[in-house]
Amino acid sequence: MNDQMGDLSTALVYAAMAAYMVAMVAFAVDVSALGTGTGRDRPRRAAGIAVATTWLGAGLHLVGIVTRGLAAGRAPWANMYEFTLMFTFFAVAIFLGIQTSRDVRYVGVLVTLLALLGLGLAVSVLFVRADGVQPALNSYWLLIHVSVATLSTGVLSISAMFSVLQLLKARHARVPQRSDPVAVGAGGASAELVDDRAEVLDDRAEVLDDRARVPAERAARDVGASPEQETFVGRLMASLPSSENLERLAYRLNAIGFVTWTFTLVAGAIWAEHAWGRPWGWDPKETWTFVVWVIYAAYLHARVTAGWAAERFAYFALVGFVAVLANFYVVNVFFSGKHSYAGI
Amino acid sequence: MSRTYAPEGLKDAEAATPRGPHPGPFGWLRWIWRQLTSMRVALLLLLLLAVVALPGSFFPQRSVDAQRVVQYYADHPSSAPWLERLGIFDVYASPWFSAVYLLLFLSLIGCIVPRTRVHLRALRAQPTRVPRSFSRFPVRNELTVAAPPKQVRDTLMAALGRRYRRRAAVERRTTASGATSETLTVSAERGYGRESGNLLFHLALVGLLTVTAWGQLVHYRGQALVIEGDSFVNSALGYDSFDSGAWFAEDSLEPFRFRLDSFESVFTDDAQARDFTANVTVSDPDGSERADTIRVNYPLAVGEVNVYLVGNGYAPDLTVRDASGQIAFSGPVPFLPTDNVYTSNGVVMVPDANGGESQLGFKGTLLPTAVMSSQGRFLGSAYPQPIDPVIVLDAYVGDLGLDDGVPQNLYVLDTERMTLLTGTDDAGRSEPFQVIMRPGEEVELPDGQGSITFNALPRFVALDLRRDPSVPWMGLFAALAFAGLIGSLFLPRRRVWARLADGGDGTTVVTAAALARGDDPVLRRELERLLDALGPRTKEDR
Ligand code: HEM
Repeated sequence: MNDQMGDLSTALVYAAMAAYMVAMVAFAVDVSALGTGTGRDRPRRAAGIAVATTWLGAGLHLVGIVTRGLAAGRAPWANMYEFTLMFTFFAVAIFLGIQTSRDVRYVGVLVTLLALLGLGLAVSVLFVRADGVQPALNSYWLLIHVSVATLSTGVLSISAMFSVLQLLKARHARVPQRSDPVAVGAGGASAELVDDRAEVLDDRAEVLDDRARVPAERAARDVGASPEQETFVGRLMASLPSSENLERLAYRLNAIGFVTWTFTLVAGAIWAEHAWGRPWGWDPKETWTFVVWVIYAAYLHARVTAGWAAERFAYFALVGFVAVLANFYVVNVFFSGKHSYAGI
Repeated sequence: MSRTYAPEGLKDAEAATPRGPHPGPFGWLRWIWRQLTSMRVALLLLLLLAVVALPGSFFPQRSVDAQRVVQYYADHPSSAPWLERLGIFDVYASPWFSAVYLLLFLSLIGCIVPRTRVHLRALRAQPTRVPRSFSRFPVRNELTVAAPPKQVRDTLMAALGRRYRRRAAVERRTTASGATSETLTVSAERGYGRESGNLLFHLALVGLLTVTAWGQLVHYRGQALVIEGDSFVNSALGYDSFDSGAWFAEDSLEPFRFRLDSFESVFTDDAQARDFTANVTVSDPDGSERADTIRVNYPLAVGEVNVYLVGNGYAPDLTVRDASGQIAFSGPVPFLPTDNVYTSNGVVMVPDANGGESQLGFKGTLLPTAVMSSQGRFLGSAYPQPIDPVIVLDAYVGDLGLDDGVPQNLYVLDTERMTLLTGTDDAGRSEPFQVIMRPGEEVELPDGQGSITFNALPRFVALDLRRDPSVPWMGLFAALAFAGLIGSLFLPRRRVWARLADGGDGTTVVTAAALARGDDPVLRRELERLLDALGPRTKEDR
């Protein structure tokens, strides 16, 4: 019975992968149509198909996770295989969630690619039969700590996709003179400080005006008939939102991801206090979780530090994301520590 | 130099280079302090903290697993001493790691204290005056509504609601002709919680570090191994190993005891552990008794001490008689499990055998569920539970070496000055003698050396006991930091200004602008919501 349920779960995961594969191809068709510039206002039928199959894939994925939990008789996030199922599901779900309120189909290719890579790794390398857990993992903190960790990983991975696009866009938009450091990348003129003294605000009038102009210039560049517009990549890039917008989206996700990561860290410390008799012991996994947290804290600081260009803190966020992945795949497999029992 | 966006109340260090030819020592100190508390240095220190924390995950840490450090020395004899000098095996206590986090926290305090002062002042202050011109604010609007200014002002104040701190004022302008005109204005501000949350977050981090340091000073931790039926008494003697902080006083050990009544374990058919439960009877410091359990993930709390279940195994109860037939040893001996089916190794030392003249020693293996080959040799254990327990021991006689004053490991038999007892096989050849017995069996040792009896097979538990009064405080500060963080990141901080000029005929020309701190995707919607409340618009000009 349990084995059948486990097999069903695995089959559903494969089905979800098939759906994501179709979605990825459809997203790619849509993007290349944007790139060739054929009919800017045409109905983006491929993109519609892509979003629909992504929903289908997410549905199959979710049922796959639920049946996995039924097969194992516990929360389905206790080993690397299940963890990967979870975080890729969260990533896709967050993408679909954003898609319901604004058009972000342009990251669809990256999101489905990420889901496919994750699930591919899961079924080919990380797979283990659905089973119970050893006493050390038998705790309600498994429910809390690990599920939020997978959620954070999902959020941060989608954010990283936006950061990648932001960097591509910014690089492309950087026409000859790129001397403006746009310290304000954070939020355009609205990021300007609410100052306490009106006089100071007045002093800054010209500064603000200056800044307000920068995005406008960029927009002009994006839409205008620069020579790069004529290339495939140029048209592709022109169809993306401005790098400022992408940055803002990435920031909002990073802020959420940072909060959930903080929660993961604190919940992990509480669990460690129950299980191992100390809240913190610099176990490799704890160390990496801390390092990831510090990198994202640095990212948040960089964003409000004077003189930092938006591209630079995007790199921070990407380094943070690489550390998140390393924390999971590298640390679990190659470092021995108390977390090792989570096993492959 | 690029333009600065100085977070509220925080002057960045860029302008703070010492001026003039001779800043003097005080000037330099001030400059260093300014640098240290600048946002850029804070950022640098944060990154540095990430970098210096990492080596601890690549190299074995003494504080985590001292045994692996020893192993590293054996594997890399040439580089290990160098790494030792750099503190690589104790990263989190090393001077360079400490320097980074102490500087970071110094920077944090230096940055947060002035910001707190500024913020406290801002909390008491009125919302700012309406700026002269709104043209520089991207989120603004101008429209005409069909109501007199006073009425519009009251409506707007009401629409702002309590979430905003509101201030109504009157601007007087003297025109060139000498006439004065009056314009009603409204300033409003909300979201002080954003900065409060940010300050709370940073201050809570300082609190967290402080209580952690305090915990290091007053905590104690010890290990004890308790066998079924035995009691643990909380005193220095009760522990197998013990360490404590500098401020710990030994007489502060709370006088409690508990007895291990029984230990239960659950395994799957393929020998995977599923549950361990130690049933204990606790005698609290006040003398009352209660039954309780210790399980993995569910420590036992006695007074301020937590008792954690960290290991378990078998402690075969053995009786050894010496050559004279006297009982020289009797009691349970912990055998340490070496694998998941509890193949356990152990040592029995009998220093009192034969009046200490020729001492007896045994070393060997316990197989909880023995598996035998067709030749009658033991292959190992098939299952962790004692379905068919067998003890296989080599027996030695001679000098155990216990009197040298060198501390002895209770799990290693020093056979240097002992001889292995031999017997004869069926063909009469001499071969090493092996004690093989099941519970209830007694084996005669060769050469009349005596006998050994396997009485019973109780279990033992390995326990960690710890008292660290800082833990609840850590929880408190972590919760405060978390709450502060959410406020800091998600509470919108907004200012709204409006100028309500008389448009004649009982109409009002409203010019309004809104400004937010940080990203605020719904700022425009918020301004429109407020303006919508003023009634139908007769003219609009964004
Ligand atoms: C232990 C080290 C630190 C950690 C983990 C940390 C963490 C954070 C986090 C997560 C935020 C994000 C909140 C937000 O964006 O609103 C933040 C904001 C901030 N931090 Fe820190 N911080 C640390 C040290 C410092 C130091 C040393 C300074 C001062 C030099 C500082 C100044 C600020 C400021 C001004 C903000 C507000 C940014 C804003 O305007 O939103 N922090 N910090």
